[in-house]
Order: sequence, then structure tokens, then C-alpha cells
Amino acid sequence: MSRIESTTLRDSFSVSFTVGAYGTAFGAAAVANGFSVLQSCLLSLLTFSGASQFAVIGVLGAGGGAISGIATASLLGIRNGLYGVIMAPRLKVKGFKRIVAAQITIDESTAVALGQEIRGEKAMRQGFWLTGFGVFIFWNLFTLAGALGAQAMGDIRVWGLDSAVPAAFLGLVWPRLKTNRDRILAITCVVFALAMTPILPAGLPIIATAFIAVAVGLRV
Amino acid sequence: MNAFWVATIGTSVIAFLLKYTGHNVPERIFSHPKVQAINTLIPIALLSALVAVQTFTEKSKLMIDHRLAGLAVAVVALLIKAPFPVVVISAAFTSAAIYNWL
Repeated sequence: MSRIESTTLRDSFSVSFTVGAYGTAFGAAAVANGFSVLQSCLLSLLTFSGASQFAVIGVLGAGGGAISGIATASLLGIRNGLYGVIMAPRLKVKGFKRIVAAQITIDESTAVALGQEIRGEKAMRQGFWLTGFGVFIFWNLFTLAGALGAQAMGDIRVWGLDSAVPAAFLGLVWPRLKTNRDRILAITCVVFALAMTPILPAGLPIIATAFIAVAVGLRV
Repeated sequence: MNAFWVATIGTSVIAFLLKYTGHNVPERIFSHPKVQAINTLIPIALLSALVAVQTFTEKSKLMIDHRLAGLAVAVVALLIKAPFPVVVISAAFTSAAIYNWL
């Protein structure tokens, strides 16, 4: 194996395993928020996008309806579409392969692929496929483990799972807070969501913050 | 079909359609800076709101309880650049300790 390939393999595997292991937190959180083990596993297999999956279980767990949950998750899934726009001309695949490529187009596969691009087009493509499939396999295995574990626990508060979910959201948003504008937006949305919670039906205070984001984005 | 099944299937279908659509549209449509900015800001807004609602509310009521301690520990873990699993587990451990012994 050439040096280029082993670098790509190492990058892909380390990302796949560490990110996949977060699947445990998702599986456990999904069951803690009222989803069945089967539903938790289907979300990981079919939705296959961490932030969207956490969002839908978060909204329903807070008492929100299916529509609010789907809408919140879908707004978070838009960025995968943008990754698809970036990756399609680089992968140059059609038909069934394009369907498979679309399903594994997520933060990690796109990031590793673009990171390998300096090593050439072949390494870039290998990075995409290896990371996409790698995260898919580990994410789903760890989701099942987390869901079964949480199911065996009973009262989730005894195990602190009711705090694991917001901590996971915090861990997802933290690296995105790069500028003061980002931080001000985050604090504004926290205050807004809490202020609206007693007034609006569950789920709506969360999704309504997307409009704040759009308003801020349009001023750029 | 209950809300959990509707949410599971609906989220999955739309998630795939968003990914697949991206692979089938010309790149220039999404290159506008405002579109890029909004795409960066929407996850920040939604995830921040989710942190708040999951920590400080219970069935449409505001509430401060053991979850605040868990979140505080998560903030400390993130400030010292702990990896994601450590953030989640330390928050769960703290929250469980307070819930069980206070």
C-alpha cells in the first residue's frame, strides 16, 4: 500500500470510529426520550445525520409534535444538501452509486474528502467513501448498543441520561461558536426559546429560532 | 401510527431527499454568501435552543433542577477541550449523582 493510501485510511478510520462511538449517546438519548429501540436504529440507518437525529428526539422528548420534530431535523439536514453540491462534481457518480453517495454525504465524509484533496483526486474519493461507510457502520452499531443499554436502565434520571442529551447538543454547537456574532445568536436563541416555552406549543420555540438565524444571515 | 413513527419516517425521508437533491443541482445556486451565512447560523440557533429547552423546561414549564449541574459540568469539560464522549458522560454522571443523593 502506498503512503498516500495509508494516510487516507488512517484519517478515515480514526474519524469513523470516534464519531461512530457517539452513536452510543444517540441510541441512549433516543430511548430516554421515548423512541423504541427499532425507531432509534431506523433513525441512524435512514436519517444518518447526527444533529438531525438528536434534534428530532429532542423535540419529541420535550413534548413537541411530529411536524415540529421533522421540521427542526430537516433544517439541520440542509447542510448535507450543500455538501452534496460540493461533492457531486468531485465524485462523478451516477445512478445507484449516486444514491449511496448521497446517503453517506455528511459532515465527516465531506470533511475528510476535502482534507485529502491536496493528495490528489484518488485520495479525495477514497477518503469520502471510506469515511462515509466507516461512520455508517460504527454509528449504527453503537446506536444499537446505546439504545439497548438505555432500555435496560429504567428511570433515566437515575443514570443522568436526561442531562446527557442537552450536554450532547452543547457539544455539537460549541465548535460552531467561532465569532461574537455566533455567540450572540446562541444566547439570543437560548433566551428566546425559554421565554416562548410557556407560551407556544412544545417544539415551536425551538424551530422558531431558525427565523432569528435567517434574519441575522440576511444582514451579512 | 403514533407521533414517534411519523417523526422517524418523515425525518428519514426528508434527510435523504436533502442529500440527494444536493447531488443533483448545479453548484452556483448555493454559492451566494447570504445562503452560506444562513446555512452556518441555522444549526447554531436550533442547537442552542435545544440545549436550553432540554435543560430548563419540563412539559412547557421553566424549571431548574439536577440537569443544570450536568450542563455546568459539560461547559467546564468543553472549556478544557475534553472530547465529546467525556463531555456527555461527565454531565450524565454529575446529574445522576445530584438526582440520587440530594
